[in-house]
Amino acid sequence: MSRYILQRILYAIPIAFGVSVVCFSLVYLAPGDPLQTVLPPDATAETIEIVKKAYGFDKPLPIQFLIWLGKVVTGDFGMSIATRRPVLDEIIMALSNTGMLAMFAIPTAFTIGFLMGLLAGCFPGKWIDRGVTGTAVFGVSLPNYWLAIVMVIIFAVELSWLPATGMGPKGSAEFSIWRWSDTQFLVLPVITLSMIPIGIISRTTRAAIAEMRNQDFVQTLRAKGLSEFAVIRHVIKNALPGVLAVMGLQFGYLLGGSILVETVFTWPGSGFLLSKAIINRDVPVLQGTILTLAIAFVMTNLIIDLLQSMIDPRIRRG
Amino acid sequence: MRTYPHLKGSFRAGLVALALATACPATVQAAGTLVVGMTAGNIPVTTGNPDQGFEGYRFVGYNLYDSLALWDLSKSDKPSDILPGLATGWQIDPANPNRWIVKLRPGVKYHDGCAFSADDVVWNFQFRMDQKSPNFFAQQFAYTRSFLTNVKSVEKVDDMTVAFETNFVESLFPYSLSYVLMVSQCRLKALNGDWAAYAMQPSGTGPYKFDKMVPNQRLELVPNTDYWNKDRIPKQDRLVLIPMPEASTRTAALLSGQVNWIEAPSPDAIPRLKSAGMKIVTNVYPHHWPYMLNHKRGPFTDLRVRQAANLAINRADMVEMLGGTAMEDHAIVPPTVAYYGNPPKYAFDPVKARALLKEAGCLPCKVTFGISTSGSGQMQPLPMNELVKAQMDAAGFDVTIQTMDWNALLDVYRAGVEKFPNYDGLNFSRGLLDPVNAIIKQASKLYWAPAGPNWGHYAHPDGEILVQKIFNEFDPAKQLALLIQLHELLGREAMMIFVVHDLNPRAMSPKVQGFVQAQSWFQDLTTISVAP
Repeated sequence: MSRYILQRILYAIPIAFGVSVVCFSLVYLAPGDPLQTVLPPDATAETIEIVKKAYGFDKPLPIQFLIWLGKVVTGDFGMSIATRRPVLDEIIMALSNTGMLAMFAIPTAFTIGFLMGLLAGCFPGKWIDRGVTGTAVFGVSLPNYWLAIVMVIIFAVELSWLPATGMGPKGSAEFSIWRWSDTQFLVLPVITLSMIPIGIISRTTRAAIAEMRNQDFVQTLRAKGLSEFAVIRHVIKNALPGVLAVMGLQFGYLLGGSILVETVFTWPGSGFLLSKAIINRDVPVLQGTILTLAIAFVMTNLIIDLLQSMIDPRIRRG
Repeated sequence: MRTYPHLKGSFRAGLVALALATACPATVQAAGTLVVGMTAGNIPVTTGNPDQGFEGYRFVGYNLYDSLALWDLSKSDKPSDILPGLATGWQIDPANPNRWIVKLRPGVKYHDGCAFSADDVVWNFQFRMDQKSPNFFAQQFAYTRSFLTNVKSVEKVDDMTVAFETNFVESLFPYSLSYVLMVSQCRLKALNGDWAAYAMQPSGTGPYKFDKMVPNQRLELVPNTDYWNKDRIPKQDRLVLIPMPEASTRTAALLSGQVNWIEAPSPDAIPRLKSAGMKIVTNVYPHHWPYMLNHKRGPFTDLRVRQAANLAINRADMVEMLGGTAMEDHAIVPPTVAYYGNPPKYAFDPVKARALLKEAGCLPCKVTFGISTSGSGQMQPLPMNELVKAQMDAAGFDVTIQTMDWNALLDVYRAGVEKFPNYDGLNFSRGLLDPVNAIIKQASKLYWAPAGPNWGHYAHPDGEILVQKIFNEFDPAKQLALLIQLHELLGREAMMIFVVHDLNPRAMSPKVQGFVQAQSWFQDLTTISVAP
């Protein structure tokens, strides 16, 4: 098992490196100057050159990449061009804010999605299956930024039940999940973020459960006189690896934040940070955030793989 | 100023207020707190001159800091002009037209308690201009460079007097003094020269003091009760600034009571805001939304084609599409500006436009415009450009629009037509705060891109002469007459396609009182109180 873990961790290193190369290149392939947040619209060529030199953007791209990479491995992600604050501070703050959303969205999406899928899979072709499938398709198809705006209009503007934007009356610095005045800011973004994973997880679970219920071993279990509850328990255990893989991807999605949802709700998470960095061409923030999210994604998948191999030893042997 | 006071004391508005007060107590602001939803994507930097365009100056720069010259924002019925700020006055050295003597205001203190003096002025210019200065700050160099191109040196004459030497004679030089915000040398020294630390503990001489900031989320300022100008001590208890780049988010935040002031509501949200009892205020200000033209090559080198383009635009349709949040533009600056003069009015006349194109041998006249999807001051660029294209095509043009993001457009703009000759025009909004930036830089070879903002390399012999005369004329009345001549010339020359001036709409709760919307990019928030 430990060899398997080590092997998977070693696989993660080239993936993270590849992601960093791709994200670095993509930022520079896009038109526009990485110093545009600093430069006024009428900056002259002379001003641009002096500022480029001061910020280290005058060096060839491969050199810039190697300098950045060298610093990253020591934990120094550089300074934000726009704010002149350490990128690591910006990322930690944004990730913790997104983590707050994910902390509520993940159990919500996973529990509801799994239960819906389980019910549908246990009663294929019945009204409950059709209802769940319809709801799942609706959840997956709904553009979440549209849902976010509609919910703001209904619950914040028209009904005044919940706040429209932001992260509490004092921002994230004084946010507490134990105060309703703060947690009420979570409700709409969490519901919006959960909708797509609920749809995806319920459909995957439904398919996996329905498939397992048709396997020969289920007939055997029934022939042995096991109760339907016990049979379902076996079915769930066999269906779980596939569902877990999808949950892992959704976990990464929720942890990475959603640019659109966080922008609509002005939620200061990683998605909002990324969108600002893209708009402002804040290269150090962009690179640092993408790399951190990529590593988080890789690590999540690693954990899911390990969980799968624990549940189903055939995977490890494969 | 046009205002739309809350329309009807409707039962519904009352219900909303009641619901907010009971069901959502955390979102109701304490009395006297002005909470602003800015269009900025982030909190403007607090280390002196801010980023985020002039919105950064409006909400952070001119609130935390002062400059030697300040803008008079006390009136709504005439364009803002500069007044003495941290300087009590300025005059040209009688013995040297390249030297300005500036007297400083005595008794001014920074928020940290240190006294403001000539040493601070010299230091403030040095760390922005001199790369060898121990506190040289590339960010501030970049933010101020375009305002300081004519500053050769700054020297202390005595504790309360400084002298500026300029590279060339410029009678309009005092405008440059309004763009450099005076940072506390004392505070930076106490923080061992760490600008990142200074950003979290800034100290200026402005009417507001820094209280706290949650990075990327909110900045809170409180009144500076010791402010040197007693008339401008803020009347509210607290000013909270929240970046909200999404227009729909700002609208929802205002309607739900999370903020009581929003910048630039989208035109289609205005009826909804008005129906909820919100005040919508607009006023003309020095902004225009034109197409800068390629004067080096292509169809627009011909005056008749430029005139045809201006005659092809139905500006009234554009204003209607924008819900009345813009006014027609027929020259560069709005008609309220002193040097507007009497330029030609390009009334919508597609028949005449087509005749001019035929006369110029350019029918259909193929032109390519570069536009952006968004950007500072660009208003609603996509529908507006579509409308312009439809109108020009109907008058005999064949317009191709090349859409890019704001960063890419900035690259094209800064580099000029020599590097991007494929564009016949560029849709680029401009701030027209002072005559140098509004018209002089567009009229002279001195400012051809990439050395300046004259993107299309426009020049005219009469314009060059006028620019030199203006820079050498120190009599205000004669200077004004020359500026009028230059503005009229640029209008006659149809040097751009003039479309509209933005009217700077903002929406606020009826509880916000005492605001006077100046004809400026900047606004005085100190007069505002917020009813409980």
